[in-house]
Amino acid sequence: MRQTQIIMGMPITVEIPGPDGEASEAADALEAVFAYLRQVDETFSTYKESSEISRINRGELGLSDSSEDVRTVFALSQQTREETGGYFAIWRDGHCDPSGLVKGWAIHNAEALLQERGYRDYYIDAGGDIALGGLKDGRAWRVGIRNPFNRAEIVKALTVTNLGVATSGTAIRGQHIYDPHQPGILASDIVSLTVIGPNVYEADRFATAGFAMGRRGISFIELLPGFEGYQIDTHGMATYTSGFERYIVAYAERN
Amino acid sequence: MKKLIVSVAIIGAFAIYVLTHGRASASSGLPGASGTGALASSPTTTTDGGTPAAGALFKNGSYTGVSADAQWGYVQVQAIIQNGKLADVKFLQYPNHRSRSVEINTYAMPVLTSEAVQAQSAQVDVVSGATDTAFAFMQSLDDALTQAKA
Repeated sequence: MRQTQIIMGMPITVEIPGPDGEASEAADALEAVFAYLRQVDETFSTYKESSEISRINRGELGLSDSSEDVRTVFALSQQTREETGGYFAIWRDGHCDPSGLVKGWAIHNAEALLQERGYRDYYIDAGGDIALGGLKDGRAWRVGIRNPFNRAEIVKALTVTNLGVATSGTAIRGQHIYDPHQPGILASDIVSLTVIGPNVYEADRFATAGFAMGRRGISFIELLPGFEGYQIDTHGMATYTSGFERYIVAYAERN
Repeated sequence: MKKLIVSVAIIGAFAIYVLTHGRASASSGLPGASGTGALASSPTTTTDGGTPAAGALFKNGSYTGVSADAQWGYVQVQAIIQNGKLADVKFLQYPNHRSRSVEINTYAMPVLTSEAVQAQSAQVDVVSGATDTAFAFMQSLDDALTQAKA
């Protein structure tokens, strides 16, 4: 069973493979995931005036008076900032926006909801950041890396199980982005960075920070134990980490 | 199928945005400032199946949008209107953390491999791709185009 809903301003798809006879239990499980993600959106949305994040930004709510979820996310954001040399920041000009971390964190929590119900085989895809558990029809899940120059294509097919895959990048394909402070200088010539990590939370936060590092992002991923990455630049050249190849479908089938 | 749904959802969001913008502009009865009589016939609006609005959608010129938050930086675009149509979008601000002095000078590590990207025909269950800046991009462009109509 597979279902897509738009939550947090993005399409979120959950699939639980299984026999049709168990469809009603699967439907309940999917709804539990969507309900949880809607609740996360109510708490963390910077677009909803009633959210805790909006109240914190208006000075109406102190961090110490906020919910446990909010305090957890702030602590994780601070930890990520320290682990990425400052390349991950949720505070800008006195306003906080933890959505760069909340998405991966929320999907990771949502997969725990499926596991609590006994599901081992599933994926949860939130706008291209994906938690993958178990198998699909007896084989590992196959995940494509979208071609940043042509959304209809993939440039890699990966075989993964019990991992997270996240991509950070520009949705504006192949556009050369110049630094407004240094005319003629490219701000970054990286268009996308895909990270495979132990779970979607880890993959997402390091994809976000790694992408912000520009060309050096892939080296940062290389240095992280348990992570692999695939980086694409504006010229259509990709660079990948030393352990990435084992996830490529054709390679994995040959070996 | 999955990548199709996701693609359609994202492209659709942008298409809806362009369409609503076009309709709002047309219903406001604003004449094209350029006087060239250019039709609102971008590929996106023609998919509507309706008759394109008579007269240009926007006044010629350059319009700078708001600086919109893209999670790890700000996106600000400038819309260039020529012949009453959106001719170009320039990035004035783009998430860029280079000013921070943290050094991770390990690029060109020998263990990294490079290749030219190549479309794959393999069937996959789900696709990973970036959507991070799409929303901020649309916010800033929306603001620039609202100014272009005025």
